[in-house]
Amino acid sequence: MTVKTATGAPAPLPPEGSAAAKRGFWAWLNKRLPVDTFISTQMTEYYAPKNFNIWYYFGSIALVVLALQLLTGIFLTMFYKPGDLTAFDSVEYIMREVDYGWLIRYLHSTGASAFFVVVYLHMFRALLYGSYKAPRELLWLLGMLVYLALMAEAFMGYVLPWGNMSFWGAQVIVNLFGTIPGIGPELVLWIRGDYAIADATLNRFFSLHVAALPLALLLLVVLHLVALHEVGSNNPDGNEIEKKLGADGRPLDGIPFHPYYTVKDIAGIGVFFVLFALVVFFVPTLGGLFLEQANFEPANPVSTPLEIHPVWYFTPYYAILRAVPDQRIGALLLLLAVAAFLFLPWLDRSPVRSMRYRGWMSRTALALFTLSFLVLGFLGLQPAEGLYVVLARIFAVVYFAFFLLMPVYTWLDPVKPVPERVTYHAH
Amino acid sequence: MADHAVVADEGAEDQSRRKFLTRAVIATGALGAAFAAVPFIESWSPSERTRAQGAPTTLDLAKVEPGQMVTPVWRKQPIFVVRRTPDMVARVAGHDGELKDPKSEYSDQPKYAQNPLRARTPEFLVLIGICTHLGCVPKQRFDAGELYPSWPGGFFCPCHGSRFDLAGRVFDGSPASVNLRIPPYSYPSPRTLIVGEDEKGVAT
Repeated sequence: MTVKTATGAPAPLPPEGSAAAKRGFWAWLNKRLPVDTFISTQMTEYYAPKNFNIWYYFGSIALVVLALQLLTGIFLTMFYKPGDLTAFDSVEYIMREVDYGWLIRYLHSTGASAFFVVVYLHMFRALLYGSYKAPRELLWLLGMLVYLALMAEAFMGYVLPWGNMSFWGAQVIVNLFGTIPGIGPELVLWIRGDYAIADATLNRFFSLHVAALPLALLLLVVLHLVALHEVGSNNPDGNEIEKKLGADGRPLDGIPFHPYYTVKDIAGIGVFFVLFALVVFFVPTLGGLFLEQANFEPANPVSTPLEIHPVWYFTPYYAILRAVPDQRIGALLLLLAVAAFLFLPWLDRSPVRSMRYRGWMSRTALALFTLSFLVLGFLGLQPAEGLYVVLARIFAVVYFAFFLLMPVYTWLDPVKPVPERVTYHAH
Repeated sequence: MADHAVVADEGAEDQSRRKFLTRAVIATGALGAAFAAVPFIESWSPSERTRAQGAPTTLDLAKVEPGQMVTPVWRKQPIFVVRRTPDMVARVAGHDGELKDPKSEYSDQPKYAQNPLRARTPEFLVLIGICTHLGCVPKQRFDAGELYPSWPGGFFCPCHGSRFDLAGRVFDGSPASVNLRIPPYSYPSPRTLIVGEDEKGVAT
């Protein structure tokens, strides 16, 4: 028995009652653990739209990077020694004396940046095709929580090598909490556990980085996937494949996740690893972008690096922070710049999801927003002076206008009719 | 008779008692969880050892030359101790209009340092050498005109460009919004400075 898809390509179905048909250990196992049921409901009979394009690779690549970070992180933890006197030396020990230690560390440090590259592309995909709109609001929120947990994880991970940029980066970020009215100074003292960023701070960040946050990340990723499989994937056309069912009750424009998308994702992961390996083996610091020069000096509490800036993935927000002359308002805007994404499902009032069927207003807004995010990211790496500050202010306004004006322009925007079936060209 | 009454009640149970008990149990449990969280949250506070290491620092002022700055460490923070020359003291005045908080009304300092020179005596300036913006260590730029022609001398933060005068007061156009902080300090003898302790006792 086969299902006819729209193009006529046969999609195989698993044999009926496959668990019961098997004997021996497999049958014994399935009576006690729903392995077959899980595989069929979540993979072989989980239907995804057949028109996924290149933007749909990044979710599964993010999962692979997470696995890579866990693997390399577990091994780094075997050699790393937290503590203000041991941390820097133990990282150098890993780099110079542990067999393949340099590779494991570069995989981990490059993996951190790769994680953000992939997550940002994944988020852009959601903006491009309106994947955050109903009924996927919670899916989007869970994804945002993954992103927030990832930011905390990356920040604390960057402190662990105890280089001078680790120290001063931590100093700047932790002091942001000091701008909270009233409790600020006490809160900062509590976070640090000392009168400055010190041994106590490093050890608690280590604990959070290797235990608490990875557990939180894993839980959130699982919830994100459960929510995805409950509502089903959006697609580049932004219509619902569940609305067009065949005679057998299966979506006409859907194909089983396994084997179709597992195979497609493996191909994408292969390409990803080629690019990833190029960085790991040839430019692991990426000219100071993935690992900053100042971090090859040990932490020094009385000597600030000439220029303090976070790793590239935080620089758009950092540029917004520095663009404001008042530190309290700057910190508040930084928080709002991140939090604004949480409100997208309710700010967007367009009747269509995908940019393919939206008008010039939504498209221009998204293009300007993307530009502002990139420019702010660049400005966050530059010194905060002269023209750079002026540009940061202009693009910070553009950044927030994207969110604040969204209810207006998505409502006014002329939209095109969305086709009932997905747009698909056989290869 | 009693048995019959129990059976008769089974059909239409009164749920209010059960709801009350459920809520009471939830409330008690939540309260218990809140108390149980206290030791974990408290464990992040500075430990006794850390507090002991944060004890006051003393400095022999005879070793500081006029115009010189020394930076002893108190509570892992650099303390700027500047021995101001009469010329440097004079350069603190005359630019109040360019300052964000010329009278130190919104800044953090002990009462005895809330004066135009922000010090107990004009000669010695004692500051916490951490930028009030985001915690970098400002650089000394004591010479007049060192940064720009009208620069009266002071401190410059290399991170985000905050500028402070020779009393640690912040200039307009700096990302820092308040003056450099001043720790509690006192002079047990005319030649000795103790940071972290004054008439009110040891800093908390």
